[in-house]
This record gives sequence, structure tokens and C-alpha cells, in this order.
Amino acid sequence: MFKEVSSALRPALVLTLLFAGLLGIAYPAAMTGLAQVLFPRAANGSLVSLRGRVVGSALIGQGFAGSRYFHPRPSAAGKGYDATASSGSNLGPASKALADRVTAGIRALAPTAGAPGIPADLVTTSASGLDPDISPAAAYFQVARVAGARHVSPASVRRLVDAHVDDTWPGFLGEPHVNVLELNLALDAQTGGGVASP
Amino acid sequence: MTIQGWMLIVLFTAIAVALARPMGAWLFALYEGRRTPLHRLLGPAERAFYAMAGIDPGEEQGWRRYAVHMVAFQAVLAAFTYAILRGQAALPLNPRGLAGQDPHLAMNTAISFATNTNWQSYSGETLSNFSQMLGLTIHNFLSAATGIAIAFALFRGFARREVGTVGNFWADCTRVTLYLLLPACIVYALFLVACGVPQTFTSNVDLTTLEGARQTLVLGPVASQEAIKMLGTNGGGFFNANSAHPFENPGALTNLVEMLSIFAIGVGLTDCFGRAVGNRRQGQALLAAMMALFLAGTAIAYWQEAAGNPVLHHLGVAGGNMEGKEVRFGIAASALFAVVTTDASCGAVNAMHDSFTALGGMVPLFNIQLGEIVVGGVGSGIYGFLLFAILAVFVAGLMVGRTPEYVGKKIEAREVKLAVLAIAVLPLCILGLTAASAVHPLGLAGPLNKGPHGFSEVLYAFSSGTGNNGSAFAGLTAATPWYDGWLAIAMWIGRFFMIVPTLAIAGSLAAKRFTPETSGSFPTTGPLWVGLLIGVILIVGGLTFLPGLALGPIADHLAMIHGQLF
Repeated sequence: MFKEVSSALRPALVLTLLFAGLLGIAYPAAMTGLAQVLFPRAANGSLVSLRGRVVGSALIGQGFAGSRYFHPRPSAAGKGYDATASSGSNLGPASKALADRVTAGIRALAPTAGAPGIPADLVTTSASGLDPDISPAAAYFQVARVAGARHVSPASVRRLVDAHVDDTWPGFLGEPHVNVLELNLALDAQTGGGVASP
Repeated sequence: MTIQGWMLIVLFTAIAVALARPMGAWLFALYEGRRTPLHRLLGPAERAFYAMAGIDPGEEQGWRRYAVHMVAFQAVLAAFTYAILRGQAALPLNPRGLAGQDPHLAMNTAISFATNTNWQSYSGETLSNFSQMLGLTIHNFLSAATGIAIAFALFRGFARREVGTVGNFWADCTRVTLYLLLPACIVYALFLVACGVPQTFTSNVDLTTLEGARQTLVLGPVASQEAIKMLGTNGGGFFNANSAHPFENPGALTNLVEMLSIFAIGVGLTDCFGRAVGNRRQGQALLAAMMALFLAGTAIAYWQEAAGNPVLHHLGVAGGNMEGKEVRFGIAASALFAVVTTDASCGAVNAMHDSFTALGGMVPLFNIQLGEIVVGGVGSGIYGFLLFAILAVFVAGLMVGRTPEYVGKKIEAREVKLAVLAIAVLPLCILGLTAASAVHPLGLAGPLNKGPHGFSEVLYAFSSGTGNNGSAFAGLTAATPWYDGWLAIAMWIGRFFMIVPTLAIAGSLAAKRFTPETSGSFPTTGPLWVGLLIGVILIVGGLTFLPGLALGPIADHLAMIHGQLF
């Protein structure tokens, strides 16, 4: 037994170092080099800029609270859309905390009691807390509020949502969705204003 | 449930089954140590590694030597990672100034990665790029390669006749890494980047959102780690939210490919087994049994998640259960991912299992408790499954009153005892530690949810740790000395108390004579065999956990449908 352990030491130690160099340094470094050349936008986080200033990532959700914007889903990441603390709520199906939170969410969305058809994604937190998308139903649900706040016709806002529903082939692999940041940027571009000063 | 959802499940299953043959052929070449087209490119590296490490790849090892060398390698690797995690603050590539991990957390993380578990007591965002690359990525490769090496050793046990050896651990491990995992990951990582997964040494971007809030994006070499995390069924995410994080899994296409890559090597190993024992139908029978169990689990999980949570329906929220799921995946792709990741011992998640409906969440839990043998982790799935096959021929032998045989080898008392030892370790560890945590104050401090769901969180944690899965009912606060410590022990026992008996069986079988199949042999290829195998798995693997499941998910389900909240 001792002989077998001692004969394992050199291969174990040397291979640890060799593989650390190959798999821990050379491999990620080579992939980074290739990725930066071939797909620079994606490799750097799919950042979205507006007038030369980075305003977000197309892939990472961000908070929107004002009535002039479409709102994302509730987020359990930190205090909400904290990209350094991705997380779901982890509340179980029979959790009182979940039921209370959903009740409050419904109340905020539809102050008149009994309003039917609240899209599920608007009152549930996502798995990552950084979901960049909402369902088409959740976007249409908000059209009237956004149009009212911007003093534009609901039909024009609705058309904008239509154009932002992503159900590209092969659609059955996932679900149709609307990217909230891109929709809000298009909204600003169409109806003007809305960018907070830095 | 929708037509589209079922189309996804059917498409996934079809591709996974179709992968078995090409992957099996490639694995079989590595199993035999034959030259592949990649040897021209990587052969010099392989030979240089052997020369520097003093390895003779042609040296045949008995099972004891193979096992001791394997464990020694894992121990050195775990110590290496422990040192990196502890010393993170002083090491390079740490512009965010992240502190080193506490001793119990670093120990837990190091063992977690050495055992191919990748349980995340830590959150990925608290690791520097240096720790991610050197501390974690190398384990993702080498623990996967180790699993495949063990499977190879067991295959040799069945295939060889009257010899005392099962191969060379170092050669198996190095070949699998160089000629399978690394080249596949290079292609895979580039695909992921093309789809939006970051790959950069920049660690963060600070920005101001449209409404003027501050947001810090965490970036890094994500794609290179994501590729091996999935292909090696490791599952330890670059980010806390794992494959639910849009940077790890940006869309429906990456989601499909990530799920397929979890199964790719596992299905290939069934075919490789068939080739090794000289009858590919033996491998196809194993795959058929696996796929039957897989589809049953998928149907239940998808049905429950699509049905949704009656508590929320009562509040006026229509539709399926979207708590803890991402919109771009929806219900079907989330339920499917949960089943795939727990059928294999991957543990990556694209939705929060903790927030699944009670029975929807019971499927992943039950899959883990069966031992993650449905396709299974790379290597560990097939050797776990073969342990059940040994039990199944034993049961069949008892029924017909003959010495059981499997693929030309007599299965005798020694093999059955070892198989039972390996299989019995799982429930002992899972149920024992869950029971202790359910009564000890330090254990009771862990769960986030109250009532039966809190118990489910603890049961899931020890199932996941012992089964080397790594997914979680993540509401559990596990980064405490109690859970870090016990889970580390569970992971170590679950990995090596399974591997060492497996290698012992390999050694014992390799020494046996070949017993040709006769009309009196129990056939191990047809539907009768597949049915028997599934029966033994469900009875032996499943019934053990029924009382535990009744206290957790089943009680949770009854509470949920009656609106009893906790």
C-alpha cells in the first residue's frame, strides 16, 4: 500500500501542474484570444451603448420603475437586478412569503381588485434575478400605462411591442419573449426623451 | 403542456440517442488506446506529459494500484484548489479585491470540484478569474476524465479474460482529457461565445442604466468554463444562478445544446460498453432502460410545472409555474433541463428547483436518489448503472436458480457484495445526514422555507452532495460550518465509496474466465431484461427513499393543493 501511494506522488504532482498550465491558463487564454477576434461584441458582454455611453447589456436585465418605461419582472438578485448577486427567490410552492409577495405584486399592477389575466411572469421572480425578458403578454399588459405616461397612442406603443417579440425559429426550443431594455430604448427613440442624466 | 413543449422533448431525446453511436466509437478508440486523427496534433503533448511525470502508459495496473493512484491524484488536486481559494486575495487577476474563502468553505469547494459534484456553497461572483480558471476549470476536466477512466476500468473487467489488471489510470485520464474533452470544449466554447456567452479577462463593467441606477456586470472567461462544466457533467456555475444566468445560457439554442452536452458522453459510454464486451446490443439495452426512466421523469416534471401552483392560481395568476424560471426558456425547457441535469450527475440548473411545484421538484430529487444512473455523470452514470445490472442478474439468477452471468462473466458472491456495498452507501449517507440535520439546531438553521419544504431543502442537499450532483434547493443556507463540513464528507463518501468497490469488481471480473452464453443464460439484451433492470432500479434505489419523500415533497404537495401555507 505504501509503495503504491509513494509511486503515485510524482505523477500526481507533476500532472497537477502540467494540467493547471494547459487547462487553467492556456485553454482559457487561447479561447479568450479567439473570442475577442471572432466575436468581440458577445465576448465582452453584449453591451448596449446610447450616445457613446454604456447603458446596459442586452442579455442582463435592469430595473425600470418609472411609468414611462416597460417594467421587467420582479428580481431576487440583491436589492433587485444586482448583477453581482444573481439569484432566484428560492421560495417553495406553499410558501407564505411567496403568496404575500405575489399578492402585493398583483395589487401594484392592478389596483382595481379582480382585474383578470395578470401574466404570471410579471409577479414571479426569475431564476437568475437578471431575466432580461418578459413574455409578450406581460408587454401588452403594460401598453396602456406606458402610452398614457408618454401621451402617445396605445396603438403606436403596441406596434412597437409587436416588432420586439422575439419568436425566431426554432421557436419551440424556448418561448417567445420581449427584451425589456431593447424595447425601452426603441420607445425612447420613437417618442423621445427619457434618458436620465448621468 | 403544449405541442411545442413536447416537440422540444422529442427532438432532444432523438438527438441524444443519435449521439450514442459516434460518441461511443470515439470513446472506444480511447478505451483501447488506439490512435485517433488528433494524435498527430496532440500526441507530442501526451508523450511529453508522460515523460515529465514519469509515467509508463503501457504499465498495466491491478485494481488496487489503479484506485490508489486515482485517489492520490484527486487529493493533490483538491489540495491545490484549496490553496488557491484560501489565498485568492493575494493572487493575480483579482481587480475587484475579493477576499479568500473561509477554511470550511474552501474545503467544501475543493472537495466539491474534486468529486465532480460542484455543489455551490460559494457564489460564483465571489471568485476571481484566477480562482475560476486555475482552481475550478481544471477540476471540471480532470474529475470528468477520472469518471470516464473508472468506467473504462470496469469495462475492461467485463471484457478481459483471466488477467489481473484493469488498465493504466494515468494514461486513461490523460487520453480522455487531451483527445476528447479539450478539443470538444474548444469548439463548444466558441459556439457559446457566438451565441452571447462572454469570454474576456475583464472582470467587471460598471454602468449607469437608462433610469440612472448603477449596475455592475460581472464578466470573465465564462464560455471556456461553461463548455467543460456541461460536457463534463460538473455543473459548477461561473455565476451563482448557474445556467439560468443569461451570460451562461443566453437563449433557447444554447439551452438545447447545453442539455445535449450533459448527456453526450454518458450515452456514448453505453455504446462504448457494448463495443468493449463485443455486443453493441448490450449497450443499447442499457440505453433503452435509461431513456425509459428519463422520459417518465420528464413527463411528470413537465406536467406538474405546466399545471402550475394552485396557491397562485387562487390569487388570480394564470398558467404554469414561472417562479424561479426564465422567460426565454419557459416551462418545457426548464422542466426538461431539471430532469436532464439530475438524471446525469451534472447539477447545472436553468431554473430554481427550490421553487418548482412540490411534485415537479420531487422528480429531480428522486433522480438523484436513484444514484444519477439514468445516462448519469460522465463515467459515474454507466458504472452506477452496471452495479444495478449486476444486482438485476443476481435477482434473475435467484428466480431461475442458476449462477447469474452478465456479458460472459459469472457474477458471484464477491461481486454482488461489492455492488450492494456501493449502492447501500448512498442511502446511508443521505438519510443519516438528513436525519441528523433535521434534529440538530445547526442543521435546523439552514432551510429558508418553513414546513415540509424546509425538510425537502435539507434532504435535497444531502442527496445532491452524496450523489455528486451539485444542484440544490438553493434556499438552504449551506455556507456554514455544519453544512460545509457534512456535505464535504457526503461528497467524498458518495464519490469514492462508490468508485473503490467498482474498481474492486473490475479487478475481480477481469480475473475470471469467459463463460459463453448458452440456452440456459438469462438474456441481457431484450425487453424482458430492460424491464427487469428498471424494476430493480426502482425497487432497490427508489423504495429506500419513499418515507423521506413522504415527509418532504409529498407533504408539501398536499399542503399546496389545500392552500396550507408555511
